[in-house]
Amino acid sequence: MGQVVLVTGVSRYIGGVLARRLAADPSVEKVIGVDVIPPPRDLGGAEFIRADIRNPMIGKVIAQGDVDTVVHANVIATPTFAGGRTPQKEINVIGTMQLLAACQKAGTVKRLVVKSTAAVYGSTPRDPAMFTEEMSAKRLPSSGFGKDSIEVEGYVRGFARRRPDTEILTLRFANIIGPRIRTSITDYFNLPVIPVPFGYDARLQFFHEDDAIAALARGVTGSTTGVVNLAGEGVLTVLQAASIVRRPVVMVPMAAAGTIGGLGKRFGLVDFSPDQMSFLAFGRGMDTTVMHDSFGFTPKFSTRAAFEDYARTVSPVYPSMDGVAGAVGGLVGAAQQVLGRGRGKH
Amino acid sequence: MATKKSAAKQGLPQKSSATSGAAKQSAARKTAATKSTGRVSAVAAGAARASGERARRRSTPLLSAAATSAETALTESAATASAPAKVTSKRPATKRPATKRPATKSSTTKSAGSVTPAATTATTAPTTSGIAEPAPAARRAHRPRPHAAAKASSKATKQAGIRPQSPRAKRAADEAARRHLRVATPPEPSLRAPDPTATQTDMSLPVPGVEELLTASIAAMRMAAQGAGISPDEIERRIAATLAFLRRRIEGDFSVDEFGYDEHFAENVIFPMLRPIYKNWFRVEVRGLENIPDEGGALIVSNHSGTVAIDSLMVAQAVHDEHPKHRVMRALGADLVFQTPVLGAFARRGGSTLATGDDVDRLFAKGELVGVFPEGFKGVGKPFKERYKLQRFGRGGFVSAALKAGVPIIPTSVVGAEEIAPIIGNMKTVARLFGLPYAPITPTFPLLGPLGLIPLPSKWIIEFGAPVETASHGVAAADDPMLVFDLTDQVRETIQQTLYSLLMQRRSVFF
Repeated sequence: MGQVVLVTGVSRYIGGVLARRLAADPSVEKVIGVDVIPPPRDLGGAEFIRADIRNPMIGKVIAQGDVDTVVHANVIATPTFAGGRTPQKEINVIGTMQLLAACQKAGTVKRLVVKSTAAVYGSTPRDPAMFTEEMSAKRLPSSGFGKDSIEVEGYVRGFARRRPDTEILTLRFANIIGPRIRTSITDYFNLPVIPVPFGYDARLQFFHEDDAIAALARGVTGSTTGVVNLAGEGVLTVLQAASIVRRPVVMVPMAAAGTIGGLGKRFGLVDFSPDQMSFLAFGRGMDTTVMHDSFGFTPKFSTRAAFEDYARTVSPVYPSMDGVAGAVGGLVGAAQQVLGRGRGKH
Repeated sequence: MATKKSAAKQGLPQKSSATSGAAKQSAARKTAATKSTGRVSAVAAGAARASGERARRRSTPLLSAAATSAETALTESAATASAPAKVTSKRPATKRPATKRPATKSSTTKSAGSVTPAATTATTAPTTSGIAEPAPAARRAHRPRPHAAAKASSKATKQAGIRPQSPRAKRAADEAARRHLRVATPPEPSLRAPDPTATQTDMSLPVPGVEELLTASIAAMRMAAQGAGISPDEIERRIAATLAFLRRRIEGDFSVDEFGYDEHFAENVIFPMLRPIYKNWFRVEVRGLENIPDEGGALIVSNHSGTVAIDSLMVAQAVHDEHPKHRVMRALGADLVFQTPVLGAFARRGGSTLATGDDVDRLFAKGELVGVFPEGFKGVGKPFKERYKLQRFGRGGFVSAALKAGVPIIPTSVVGAEEIAPIIGNMKTVARLFGLPYAPITPTFPLLGPLGLIPLPSKWIIEFGAPVETASHGVAAADDPMLVFDLTDQVRETIQQTLYSLLMQRRSVFF
């Protein structure tokens, strides 16, 4: 008998594609997708049930479907996609509480996979270069997604204490990036002029969207438990990434970062909390030894490759060096032709 | 400039010649006419216009013959005017249908005339003056032709507003097209190669113009180099290297390790930038380089002094420049360093990372050479009277890290750094205000403003001492606090003794 998997947050990119992929997996008998809005993408063989995880209804869905594996992919990173900070927090925190309560009640649930984030490590100048799974944030994220994620992980630990028989896997993803997904970091690098905290050049890690889905699918079908950091090989700095997308940068003093963030939010350009600004200043790195060894997953894309794959979809603001060299050559050539003609006439 | 002027000169007579129709004589006669009878003929033109004579003339149907005659007239003048004129010569032929509306044409002529009096008086004047003036018989015989030409030319006048631009626009378009072709020519792949010798050919990109320009500038630079007493080949190589460097920076074509060490930046900016300070300002003398292993992890433990922590940079420079393997010392810094804008980013690019056990373990696991300054701010910010007296060596965390990794500890003594900016006072309130560990008063600092930040040129000696082996103690020894304290004291004493002996040996502070 195959697994019956419940995936939350199927109306968003990762959840939707994951549900479709799991439905196509022969070892998975049935996939139930749950979200509050109908999915914009085809879920393939997955069954969609419109249910709100903030509502005890979710318990009925789990009980009736004989669900044995729950994938919680509904922790929303960007407030704009949830309709504001308040609903975002409600979906993230209350939703997780309700879902875990339902899982605890339903005797059928054997495995829980939680899509978490590297944001739980925070971002400060006192951070070690690379966070391993056992480390915790030097300064807890004070707002937004990072804070939600810490609370979510807290509830997951509580659930693990109350249901020790359940296998629990928490996947901490580095910033997921790729040509199709839209997150606050993709919005950020899509700005016509990228504001960078003055005097800082943070290290960033990225994880490709395809790898993210593959890793979640592996988490569902595999038997690894515990916490796993997921990030592509290597790091990029913010300025390096900006030059890869060929966007001009503007140096913003950290003190003004709040104002800039507010403006960006007002104009709907990008949604950046203070935590994300400090992320852009100090960066973060995650050690991926556990991912390679015990989780047995090797991402197809390195940090750089993932970012370059994303950069393909971004139209550059300034031309490449080849383009500039060609244009300069052309201009000089044209000027010379004009001059030459003048000379020839006399 | 010359071209433009000539074009302008040709443009004006050409236009007027078209109007008068007497293409041949035009140039000389017209200029004369405009000069001598300019005013009079303008009045005459006004009168003629009033009498409707011109209107009548214009109402005679303009046929292809007229157009062609206009064309020939234009091409005749075009013979001298080359490209732009050729463009204009095409105009009448293409715009022929428009000539069948005389009324509108004349009106536009008038309006054009009113708008740009100077130009139109010049153009219309010869026509009328040709009639009013007693002209030579030979010219009179040609009357019919001027009439027809006048028609065509009136069209030309009508277009006067556009025309002066159109050839230029056309030329611009041509140029743009040509430029596009040029852009399309595949840019040399050799540009990627950071090979400095290749760069000259690199930049001789798609167009010979660039090549010429570049050879000229290179020649200029070679001459400048010769003047400055540097080998021209050397300067060429350097410029090529700089261009290659900039290109890679702009394209993001470099890699950064997990600690943020940017080898490309360090090798091309940080080390070359510090080298003159190292060689010429502090004239650093290095001893005991053989104590640094060629490969594998090792821990350099050094005293820390000098108000601004240049000594860490100089030790790194010494290891990089003087060691046969040109190893990079990965210095450990306080969190304040990484909190500070610019400084933090530079420190990471130069290979520094936070002084925390986790990072040190990672560095040793990668077999890196780590540099630590256990005195920290206590050492850098100590008053001048306490110079060369080692402060407390932190909590000995560096020793337990070395024990854990089993790497040798290299006690290192730096002499000379104490004198670069002697601290004679501490502005505690200022320090507290800015959250700094200390705000020094030196003989020069607040007094001379920014100039006071220039360190005094003391003579430096860096001695790398005999390594203290830790591998024999075993990994478990890292958890033995007594052993850790003992080793810490041993290293501290070694450095202190070396400092004293180096001080005895040095001749003076500055020489």
